[in-house]
Amino acid sequence: MAAFILRRLAQSILVMLVVGLVAFFMFQFLGDPVNQMVGIDTPEAEREALRERLGLNDPLVIRFGKFVVNAAQLEFGLSYQHKSPVTDLLLERMPATIELSMVSAVIAFALALPAGVYTGLYRNRWSSKAMLTLSLVGISVPTFLIGILFIYLFAVVLGWLPSFGRGDVVTLPGGWTTGLLTVSGLKAIILPALTLGLFTLTLIMRLIRAEMLEVLRTDYIKFARARGLTNRAVNFGHALKNTMVPVITVTGLLLGNLIAFAIITESVFQWPGMGRLFLQSIQEVDLPVMSAYLVMISFLFVVLNLIVDILYYVVDPRLRVEGHGGGH
Amino acid sequence: MRKAFTALAVAAVVAASGGLAEAKTFKWGFQTDTTSLDPHAHNVTFTLGFLGNIYEGLVRRDADLKFEPGLATKWENIEPTRWRFHLRKGVKFHNGNDFNADDVIFSYERTNNEDANLRGRVVGIKEVVKVDDYTVDFVTEKPNPIIYYEWDTWFMMDKEWSEANGAATPTNMSKGVESYAAHHENGTGAFTITERQTDVKTVMVPFKGWWDTPVHNLTEVVMTPIGQDATRVAALLSGEVDMVYPVPVQDIDRVNKNNGTSVLVGPELRTIFLYLDMFRDELLYSSVKGKNPFKDLKVRQAMYHAIDIEAIKKKIMRGLADPSAIMISPKLFDKSEGFQRLPYDRDKAKALLAEAGYPDGFETRMDCPNDRYVNDEQICQAIVSMLAKVGIKSTLVAEPKAKYFARIAPKGGSDFAFGLLGWTPGSFDSWNVLFNLLGTPNSKEGRGLYNYSGYSNKKVDELTDMIAVETDKAKRDALIEEAFKISTDEVATIPLHQQALAWGKRDNVDLRQRADNQFRFYYVNVK
Repeated sequence: MAAFILRRLAQSILVMLVVGLVAFFMFQFLGDPVNQMVGIDTPEAEREALRERLGLNDPLVIRFGKFVVNAAQLEFGLSYQHKSPVTDLLLERMPATIELSMVSAVIAFALALPAGVYTGLYRNRWSSKAMLTLSLVGISVPTFLIGILFIYLFAVVLGWLPSFGRGDVVTLPGGWTTGLLTVSGLKAIILPALTLGLFTLTLIMRLIRAEMLEVLRTDYIKFARARGLTNRAVNFGHALKNTMVPVITVTGLLLGNLIAFAIITESVFQWPGMGRLFLQSIQEVDLPVMSAYLVMISFLFVVLNLIVDILYYVVDPRLRVEGHGGGH
Repeated sequence: MRKAFTALAVAAVVAASGGLAEAKTFKWGFQTDTTSLDPHAHNVTFTLGFLGNIYEGLVRRDADLKFEPGLATKWENIEPTRWRFHLRKGVKFHNGNDFNADDVIFSYERTNNEDANLRGRVVGIKEVVKVDDYTVDFVTEKPNPIIYYEWDTWFMMDKEWSEANGAATPTNMSKGVESYAAHHENGTGAFTITERQTDVKTVMVPFKGWWDTPVHNLTEVVMTPIGQDATRVAALLSGEVDMVYPVPVQDIDRVNKNNGTSVLVGPELRTIFLYLDMFRDELLYSSVKGKNPFKDLKVRQAMYHAIDIEAIKKKIMRGLADPSAIMISPKLFDKSEGFQRLPYDRDKAKALLAEAGYPDGFETRMDCPNDRYVNDEQICQAIVSMLAKVGIKSTLVAEPKAKYFARIAPKGGSDFAFGLLGWTPGSFDSWNVLFNLLGTPNSKEGRGLYNYSGYSNKKVDELTDMIAVETDKAKRDALIEEAFKISTDEVATIPLHQQALAWGKRDNVDLRQRADNQFRFYYVNVK
C-alpha cells in the first residue's frame, strides 16, 4: 500500500511537470505581459528594461527551468499585476474556493443519492420521470446562465439572498477564513453553491440510477430476493453498495472539477476565490499567477485520483484479494 | 480580532463625527479592485482615481477637471526651466505627521524609480530643490509649460512613515521584495482606510484631520469590486449597493426603468479612431500587390466618407457617443469646434476610389480588440460592412486586448493593415496626442510611439516641438490648431467618436461624474 502511494506521488510530479511545460508553451500565445503592466505612453526603452528585469527575454527553456526550481520550493514569485507574492494571493483566496466547492459537493451528493436510488427503483413512476426531465436542465443549461437567472430571481425580484460576494467572514486560527459561521455568509453561499453543484448533482443522480438499474438485474439480487430478504436489505445493503465503485470514482473527479471549474461561478457571483484570480490573470497575462494556479490544480487532481484509488481498496474487496494474491 | 478592532475604530470615528443618528454608509462597486494601495507603483486609471480619495497631489482637478490648489496653494514658472510650488501649511497625514517639502522630495525620489510605473510623471526633471520647509523648486532639463498637468494623480507620501515601515520604494519586481505601501496607506486625503480585504471589500471613513472642508455627508464608504456586468447591475437593482460603474450600454434602459435607480451618462475623454498603414510599400493582407493604397490620400478620404458615424452612434453605441472630427476630446481643446468631419457620402467615396485607380475597390484586413473599448468589436463589424459597400472588402480579426496590442505594436511586427484604437492623453493636453499619435515615429526620441499609421509630416513635428515649450496659452492653442489642421486634412487617422461614461446610482445619491472616469466620493451626498 505504502509503495503504491509513493509510486503515485512520483507520477504526480511528472504530471505537474508536463502541465507546467504545456502551460509555458501556451503562454507564448497570450500576448505581452509588459503591455498590461505599464501605462500606454511608456517608452519602448522602459518596457524593454522591465522585460529584461522580469526575465521575459530569456529563452523559454531557461524560464521553465527557473520556474521548476522555484516551484519546487513553493516559490512562485510576484504577480505582475498585483505585485504581491503569488503564494499569498492564492492562499488568501483558497478558503473561499474550497468552502464553495465542498458545500456544493455536499449539496449535490446529498440530493443526488436519494434521487438516484428513487428513480432507479421506481423508474416508471411519473415523479421519477419528472426528476429526470428536470435534471436535463442541470446538464444542458450553461452555469453562468443559471447563475444569472438565480441572481435575477432571488436577489433582484424576491430580494431574499445577496447577488454577490461572500458575506461576513470569520477568521479561524491558522488564517482560514470561513463564511459558514455568520448569517450573511450562509445566505451568500446558497446561490453560488447551488449553481456550481447543479451539474454535479444531475450527473451523479443519473449515474446512480443507471448503476442501480444495472445491479438490480444481476443474479445475486434475484437470489437475495429469493432468500426472502426485505426490500430494504436488498436495495440498500446489496444493490446500492455495489453501485458505489463507479460513483466514487466519478464523484472524486467531480470534486476536482468543482474546484477547478468554480471559475465561472466565482466570476458570476463575485466569489472571492482562486478561480476569479485565475480568470483575471489570463486577461492581464499575469504569468506567475497562471502557472502557479495550473500547477496547483494539477496537483489537486493527482491527489484526488490517489484518494479515489485508495477508496477502491476499501469499498471493493476483490481488489484487496487480487493485491495479496499477486504477492504470493 | 482585527474585525473587532476595525469595528471599534469605525465606532470611534462615527461617535467623534457627531453620533450614530447621522450615519451614512455609502456602498459602491467597480468592475475590478484597486490594483494595490501603492500610489506610485501602478499606472492604472481606476487605481489612481480610487487612491485620489486617500492620497493627494500638489495640484487637484475639480469635478469639471479644472485645476485647483491641492497640497500646493500656488505654483509659478519663475524661470523657463524652474517651477516653484508653494506648499499648503497645516496639512496632516493620516498618522498625524506634518506634510512639508521633505515629503515632496521623498515622493519625487520614490517615483523616479524603475519599479514605479508612474515614473513618467516626473520625467525630464533634473532636480528638486527645497527652498524652505514649504517651498519646493522643480528644475527641468527643458522648459515645460505643462509640468503639473498629470500631477493631480501624482500623490505625496510621508517620508518618515515610508522609511520607518519599509515603504521607501515601490515593490521591487526583480528582487521580489513587496512594499509595505501595497497594503497600507498613509495619505493626506479626505478618506482613510479602516479595513481592506483584497478583491472583497475596502472600508473607509472620513479623515477628521483633512485640511479641506468636506462637501460630502458620508460617515463610511464601502467599495466592493463586482466583475461581471450582469451581477454588478443586479447588485444595484437589488439595492445592495448605492452606486456602480460602468453600466453596460445594453443595461442602461433597465436601470432607468427600475424604481429608485438611474444611470448618469456623460462624455468620456477617450477618442476612438482608425489607424491605417501608410508606411509599408506594399499593404499586408491585401489584393493590391506591389503598392500600398493607403498611401494615397484619396483612398483615406474615401474610407472616411464611407463611414456612417451617426449609424454607429445610434445602433451600436445606443446614443452614448459623441462623433469626433479631431483626435482629442473637445473638452480638452478649446478650438476644436472649428473642425468638421468629412461627411458620410457613399457616392463620393466610390468616386474617390475610382480616381485613385481602384474603381472596383480592393481587399484588406481590419484588426480590432474585443475587450478594450465600449462595443469595440461591434464598431469594427459595422465599419467592415460600411467599407464593403464602397468596394473595400476586409476580413475582421477581433482579439482580446492582451494579444491585439502585442501584435499591432512595432515590437510585434506592426502586424496590421488598418485597425481600431482609443487614446486618452494622460496629461489631458493636445501635445500628448500630437507627440504620441501623430509625430514621425522615432523610437529613440519616443516620438510617434502609437503613430501606427506611420504618418510623417515635418511641419507637424516642428509645431509639436514648439508647442512643448510655448508658455503663452493663446499662441500655444494656435500652434495646436495648425498641427491638428494639417494632420486632419491629410487623414493621418480617421477619428470616430468619444465614447460615453455610464454610472448607475440610486436616486437618493447625489454625486459628480468626472469625464476622466475617476470617482471622487468626497462629492457624494446620500439623502
